[in-house]
Amino acid sequence: MTSSTALLAPARLRPVNPLAKLGAAVLVSGPLILTIDWVSAAVALVLVLAVVPFMGVGWRRFWIRTLPVWVAAPLAGISVLLYGRTEGTVYVEWLLVRVSDGSIALAVATLLRVLAIGVPAVVLFISIDPTDLADGLAQRLRLPARFVLGALAGLRLVGLFLEDWRSLELARRARGIADRGRVRRFAGMAFSLLVLSIRRGSKLAVGMEARAFGGSERRTWARASPFGGREFALLAVGAAISTIAVTAAVLTGEWNFIGAR
Amino acid sequence: MEGLDLRIDAGERVLLLGASGAGKSTLLQGLAGLLGGSDEGDQRGELTLDGVSAAGLRGRAGLLLQDPDAQIVLARVGDDVAFGPENLGVAREEIWPLVVEALDAVGLDLPLDHSTSALSGGQKQRLALAGIIAMRPGLVLLDEPTANLDPDGVREVVDAIERMLARTGATLVVVEHRVATWLPIVDRVVVLAAGGGVLADGAPADVLGSAADSLVEAGVWVPGRATRFTPLRSRSDLEVMRAIDLAVGRGTRIVQSGIDLRLAAGSALCITGPNGAGKSTAALALGGLLPPLGGEVQVGEALAARGERRPIRWSSRELITRIGSVFQDPEHQFVAPTVRAELAIGPTAAGLGARDVDARIDPLLDALRLRAIERANPFTLSGGEKRRLSVATALAAGPSVLILDEPTFGQDARTWAELVRLLRGLQEQGTALIAVTHDQDFVDAVATDRLELHPLPVESVA
Repeated sequence: MTSSTALLAPARLRPVNPLAKLGAAVLVSGPLILTIDWVSAAVALVLVLAVVPFMGVGWRRFWIRTLPVWVAAPLAGISVLLYGRTEGTVYVEWLLVRVSDGSIALAVATLLRVLAIGVPAVVLFISIDPTDLADGLAQRLRLPARFVLGALAGLRLVGLFLEDWRSLELARRARGIADRGRVRRFAGMAFSLLVLSIRRGSKLAVGMEARAFGGSERRTWARASPFGGREFALLAVGAAISTIAVTAAVLTGEWNFIGAR
Repeated sequence: MEGLDLRIDAGERVLLLGASGAGKSTLLQGLAGLLGGSDEGDQRGELTLDGVSAAGLRGRAGLLLQDPDAQIVLARVGDDVAFGPENLGVAREEIWPLVVEALDAVGLDLPLDHSTSALSGGQKQRLALAGIIAMRPGLVLLDEPTANLDPDGVREVVDAIERMLARTGATLVVVEHRVATWLPIVDRVVVLAAGGGVLADGAPADVLGSAADSLVEAGVWVPGRATRFTPLRSRSDLEVMRAIDLAVGRGTRIVQSGIDLRLAAGSALCITGPNGAGKSTAALALGGLLPPLGGEVQVGEALAARGERRPIRWSSRELITRIGSVFQDPEHQFVAPTVRAELAIGPTAAGLGARDVDARIDPLLDALRLRAIERANPFTLSGGEKRRLSVATALAAGPSVLILDEPTFGQDARTWAELVRLLRGLQEQGTALIAVTHDQDFVDAVATDRLELHPLPVESVA
C-alpha cells in the first residue's frame, strides 16, 4: 500500500499522465495553427487517425465524442468556400458570395485543419480525469495547490448548477411567470443561479477550511503523479506527427506561414 | 454571542441547544478554528483547545456541517477522505491506511475510486465524517448533521458517530434541534441563552426537565413536549384531482409508475418512501410542472381551464390559481427583491389589479408573521422565514390544490407547529394538500390519505 494507484486499481494499467496528453495535444496542433495549407493538415489528420486505435478509445466512443468536430469542420469549410479570398477562375457569383479557385483551396485547407486540430484534442481530452490533471499541475508543474484544488473542487459544483438551473426553470412556471418575457426571465434565472452558486461556493470554502485546507503546514499529496516512459513516448508521437506534417508541406511547397500572404 | 463561559473536558459528549441566533454555529466554527481575525468581526475573551488559542488551529477539531454537498471536495471516495490528511502534511504512505480505517469506522463499504456524486445523503454525511476521522481530531463538532436526511440516513449517521466515539474516545459537541436523536449518545446538555451566556448546563435529564419551557419556546424538540395534532377529516366528496396509471421521470427515464390517486377538496395526501422512489418527481408531475411519461393527471371539472383538465397543458398563469407548488429549496422560487414584491408576483400574474393584490397580500403577511420583514430581501431570511414565505407565495395566487415538497425539512419545533396549523386552516377552507415528506410526525398530524412509493426494481425507459 505504498501508492494510491496500487490500492485503487491493482489490475488496471496506469493511465497516462494527463499532463502528457495536454502536451501532446499542443505539439500536434501548435504548428498547424501557424500555416494554412492542405498538405500539412491532411498528413496530420491521417497520422492522427492511424494512431487512434492505440489510444484506448473505442471507435464508437471516438465517433460520438468527435461528432461535433466532424460537423463543425464542413460548416467552417463552406463559409470559407462562399466568402473566402477570390483567386483564379470564379465559378459562382451571387451577391457577396464568390466561389473561386482560391476560395476552394482555402475551404479544403480549413476543413482539414479544423479536423486535424480538433480530433486529436478531443481524443486526448476525453480520457483526462480532472483529479489526475490537478495532481499533475500541482506536483509536476508546481502550480499553487490552493489554486489547483480550488478549481478542482469548484468543478464538482458544476453538476449541482445544472440541477439548480432545471429547478429554477420549473420554479418560474410554478410562480406564474413562465408565459412571456423570455429574455427577462432568463436574466432573472441567471442572477438567481449566481446567488446560489456564490452561496454554494462559500459553503464549500468553509467545508474545505474545516478540513485544514489553506493552513500553514506544507501539504502532501496522497496520489503520485508519475511521469515516465509512456508519457515521453506520447509526447514523441505528438512531435513526430507535427514534424512529418510540416516537412511534407514544406517539401511539396504548400507551406505558407500565416500572414505571409 | 457574548459573555459565554464554558469548559468542556476531554472525552465529554455535549449536546448544545439554544434559540436560533444564540450563536451555536458561531461557537462551533470558533472551536474549529474557522473564525477569522478582526477584519471579519469583533472578538473578546478567549477560546482555547488544550490550552492553545483555537483561532487558526487547524485539524485539532473536526467539523461536520449540515449540507452534505458543501463538504465533499473530490470526485472519488478515497481521494476525498485523504484530503484532510494531505492538508495536514501527513506522508503519502501513512495516508492510505488512515483512509481505509476512517471509511471502516463509518461503515462505508465502498471501493476507494467510487464516485462521490453517486452517494445518498446519508452516505455523503458518513463520507464527510470519515474525512474528519482521518484527520484524527481530538474534538468532533457536529452542526445539525442530520437535518437534511431521511430517517434511514439519520440512523446511518448516528450509528457511525457512535461507533467512531467508541473507537477514538474523541470529545463531541453536537448542535441539533431534534434532541431525541442524540440523547442516547450525549452525557451533557448545554443550553445557550438568546442574549448571551449559558441558560442551563448539566446531565441531559436534569436540563431537559428544568429548562423545558424555555427550550420549547426556542423551538427545540423536547421529547414529550411536542404539540399534538390529529388529522382533519375531509368533509367533501368533491374530487379536485386524480392521477390515472401515472408514470413520472426526468427526460425519458421513468422513476415511478402506476400511480393512481384521487384527491378530494380539503383532504391531505402524504407521499412517503425512501430516497430514489421518485416522490419529488411525482410531485412535480402532479403540480403540472413536468409532463407525465405515462398515464394522466386530471383536475376536477370545476378546476378546468379553457375546458382543459390536464395541468401540464395550462399556461403558467392558469396553473398558479389552480395548483400551487412549494419546492424543497425555497430559494429556487424567489424572484423578487423584497418579501412584499415576492408575494405580489402570483396575484399580479393572475391578472389582479394593484388594490386586489394588496388585499391578497396583507392578510398573508400577518398570518405567516412576515409583516416585520416585508421589505427584506428573501435571500437574507432565516430558514424558517424562507419556508413560510415560499408557502405564502403559493397561497397568494389562491390555488385549490397545494403541493409541498419536504415542507418540514430542517425546521425547528416552533416553525413546524406553525406550519401544521396553517395547513390545517387551509384544509378547513377546502384546499386540498399533497405533501412529499419523510417526517412521520407531520404525516401523523395532517394525513387524511397516504401513498407510499418504493423505488422501481429495474430502470425502465419510455
